[in-house]
Amino acid sequence: MVPISYYLVLSAILFSLGVVGFLIKRNLITLFMSIELMLNAVNLAFVAFAWQWKSLNGQVFVFFVMVVAAAEAAVGLAIIIAVFRTRETLNVDRVNLLKL
Amino acid sequence: MLQLALFFVFGTIAVAAAVNLLVQRHPINSALSLIVVMASLAALFLLMGAEFLAAIQVIVYAGAIMVLFVFVIMLLNAGEEERTTGSRVAKLLGFPAVALLASLLGWTLLTSNPHPAPVGLSGRFVGSPTAIAQLLFRDFLLPFEVTSVLILIAIMGAVVLASPAGTATGPGTPEPPTKREG
Repeated sequence: MVPISYYLVLSAILFSLGVVGFLIKRNLITLFMSIELMLNAVNLAFVAFAWQWKSLNGQVFVFFVMVVAAAEAAVGLAIIIAVFRTRETLNVDRVNLLKL
Repeated sequence: MLQLALFFVFGTIAVAAAVNLLVQRHPINSALSLIVVMASLAALFLLMGAEFLAAIQVIVYAGAIMVLFVFVIMLLNAGEEERTTGSRVAKLLGFPAVALLASLLGWTLLTSNPHPAPVGLSGRFVGSPTAIAQLLFRDFLLPFEVTSVLILIAIMGAVVLASPAGTATGPGTPEPPTKREG
């Protein structure tokens, strides 16, 4: 049996890597992927706790997180396309004006 | 014992792929690394008896969402990431802050001892589609219906945002930007 703390520490490591990626990357799409990495780390913690408590509620919550992540990916990528269309760059440092 | 070995194998793969996601400068390489992370997380889900979630993780996350990412990367012809000099404050404060966050999370998770008495059903614990569906359509029916509205709004938002300016919007839309400055 794997102790639950192993899973939680792995989840914490993945979440921190997602935070690092969000801070150091400059590409809009890569920033978005870092957010997905953080969501996945949280999902892992949810499933670990569901397994620990022998309760399926945590797994249903992961299901909802996935649905929200899918919706977020669709809208976010549409926003990225709109940003690229008006500014022709994906570098977040160049996207510094609300109105062109 | 086998479970522990499998956990370390897939955990190492997940962390290595996540580090690779940060190191790579081309977004397509980062996207492929993220697919590896998601696949190994699906294997970890299987280790914890979440069969349905493991399948959904592969189909929806590693399949649908990442295909969307790769599609956008190809569509926008995203090349190598430009190197820009970040602010000094971010370098001086950001990395210690993240290290602090990671150590704090790890310390909290390791020292806090969750009461290990399992509640509910005992024995083999499997999150089968049947069990998940019974919970989803009985106890969580209202959140489930709300997510359907959310997805509908997301579809409409994505269509309006991604369509070229002036085609999918009504009257009173601003002129499509034709010339850029700078």
